Amino acid sequence: MQLTGAEIVIRCLQEEGVEYVFGYPGGAVLNIYDELFKQDKVKHVLVRHEQAAAHAADGYSRSSNKVGVALVTSGPGVTNAVTGIATAYMDSIPMVVITGQVPTHAIGQDAFQECDTVGITRPCVKHNFLVKDVNDLALTIKKAFYLAATGRPGPVLVDIPKDVTQATAEFSYPKTVSMRSYSPVTKAHSGQIKKAVSLLLEAKRPMVYAGGGVVLNDAAAQLTRLVRLLGFPCTNTLMGLGGFPGTDPQFTGMPGMHGTYESNMAMQHCDVLLAVGARFDDRVIGNPAHFARNERKIIHVDIDPSSISKRVKVDVPIVGYVGDVLDEMVKIIESSPSRPDPATLKAWWGEIKEWQRKDCLKYDTKSKLIKPQFVVQKLYELTKGDAFITSDVGQHQMWAAQYYKFDKPRRWINSGGLGTMGFGLPSAMGTQLVNPGATVACITGEASIQMSIHELSTCRQYRLPIKIVNLNNRYMGMVRQWQEFFYGNRYSESYVDALPDFVKLAEAYGHVGMKIEKPGDVEGALKEALKQTERLVFLDFITDHKENVFPMVPGGKGLTEMILAEEL
Amino acid sequence: MRHILSILSENEAGALSRISGLFSARGYNIDSLTVAPTEDPTMSRFTIVTTGTDDIIEQITKQLNKLVDVVKVVDLTDGNHIERELMLVKVRAAGKDRDEMKRLADIFRGRVLDVTDKSYTIELTGTSEKLDAFLQAIEPGVILETVRTGASGIGRGERVLRV
Repeated sequence: MQLTGAEIVIRCLQEEGVEYVFGYPGGAVLNIYDELFKQDKVKHVLVRHEQAAAHAADGYSRSSNKVGVALVTSGPGVTNAVTGIATAYMDSIPMVVITGQVPTHAIGQDAFQECDTVGITRPCVKHNFLVKDVNDLALTIKKAFYLAATGRPGPVLVDIPKDVTQATAEFSYPKTVSMRSYSPVTKAHSGQIKKAVSLLLEAKRPMVYAGGGVVLNDAAAQLTRLVRLLGFPCTNTLMGLGGFPGTDPQFTGMPGMHGTYESNMAMQHCDVLLAVGARFDDRVIGNPAHFARNERKIIHVDIDPSSISKRVKVDVPIVGYVGDVLDEMVKIIESSPSRPDPATLKAWWGEIKEWQRKDCLKYDTKSKLIKPQFVVQKLYELTKGDAFITSDVGQHQMWAAQYYKFDKPRRWINSGGLGTMGFGLPSAMGTQLVNPGATVACITGEASIQMSIHELSTCRQYRLPIKIVNLNNRYMGMVRQWQEFFYGNRYSESYVDALPDFVKLAEAYGHVGMKIEKPGDVEGALKEALKQTERLVFLDFITDHKENVFPMVPGGKGLTEMILAEEL
Repeated sequence: MRHILSILSENEAGALSRISGLFSARGYNIDSLTVAPTEDPTMSRFTIVTTGTDDIIEQITKQLNKLVDVVKVVDLTDGNHIERELMLVKVRAAGKDRDEMKRLADIFRGRVLDVTDKSYTIELTGTSEKLDAFLQAIEPGVILETVRTGASGIGRGERVLRV
């Protein structure tokens, strides 16, 4: 069957079972948009800025484990989307980005809305393609979906010149694809797994450190089984929250720069560390030289060999899908009579409980001002810990991660690697669309939300009943916190002057706006907002602008060199 | 430590930028890079000479393997190998120095490819070290121009890099 390139694009998306495409039309993609118009299998969500298209596709993917799809035009369409693509790349989110390009004969001529898309996006995609021949189009799109979702996932971009969308070719969608240059290791080395298990069983001070890889590989159940079987303490990184239940007594909270005292102490002082789908990020282990001071055996399970021994030397590397590896570990342990020595483990838990007594997340509950932590806590209680929470970047993100206890994976949607302000609202849109009927809350701040405020318009168009929890402290809070601690209280450009009236702004976009100024009104406002299941509610909480995030490991310091709230 | 990496990659537009971009983005050194299609025109072979600690070379190898266009990566310096580089050097060759220059080229098994009454263009093949040695052996003042290909390498004996 002869189809045009544009028809082929849409047919490929249908074949892949794509429900939603997030995008913005423009000259180079007009043929594709025309084909979108003529069918109703693939629904299009019109964003207000291409960055949001990428973030929305990203949030869609994070909250569902489907491949997110974004569609943007050439030139500025692409450059606007780059932040969103880089965000997905840093957090290994499977995504296919289809971009229009000027016609092949115009490439390199500095044509209108031309940019070197493949060149610009090369460092922030898993792979990208420029399709110069319509006969290659279907196979290339097939490859893009395959690459995005297998191995270590990531965004893949397909750049399609306008004349290729007009040209015709015989269409048949390949059922499978194999590439001689791409064969991610999938089956882990069983000898290494056995070695790891015997290390775990002999450990005196074990610690499990699980990251985003557990969430991405849908391996939360396997991780939970293993950790409970062993009785070990477990910490989840910012990207891994929900990978192990946040309310489980074996969960010690998040590690790292704003991790709990007990998690950081246990990470530093353990004798065997099992790292699963985590990458020893600078925000997690602090100064690597300081981290290396305590001797410990490290087992590292990851799908990406280049993540292993990159920042920290590892004793037992295991390359493979984390879910399969964890399954095999459980099997080996269950079929063996040996278990960790209960007395030794009890002594280790004794140390951890001692650290927990620091109660590092306590805050002033008697304040006359609204404490941001209190808002997150109330939201947690009222949603029974079962909402999808997206966030932007800064203090509010850390408070959300610290005070909302995620029992399930894919409930916590945030930009961990790139740290992209403006991520929260558009990613909430993708999350809400793929989880209709679920409570989706975007915990944000007055600085971050303004980076994507225009998406309130998209939310209105598609009737997305997102709850925006704006922790409004009139500052770029995290910047202000660093300036207070390390720059002698010189608040250089961190005060957000001339803020809009968010209530009126929300109303102007057709939503419900609420302003909350007293701690006593927090619960009532949240309850009222959560009742509005059909409407987007913008909750503007005027919070204590002096509040800081604790504990804190200052940049470049060791993991145990934490600043605690009580010390100030 | 100096390492010679041999890379087989898809002969796709952009493969070179992906590989060189990886080095610049992650702050790795490229001392030399040479690339050409293999006997199978769909495949290119790169030889990259780089320096770094064992940890860095391990990371470079892993990161290269992660590139979707890259089919295979081998560190030739892990085993016995042959390394050759080609250099063309144009030197001043006039008067009493003219014979001396020819003799020196002979010692290094160079060939004179082009002659004028004032200059020779000499072709020299060998390890990069040998080419350096030749340049050091002649007076810097007489060198008019040099052009080098960068090293190419291949494993000795049965060691073969192919798909």
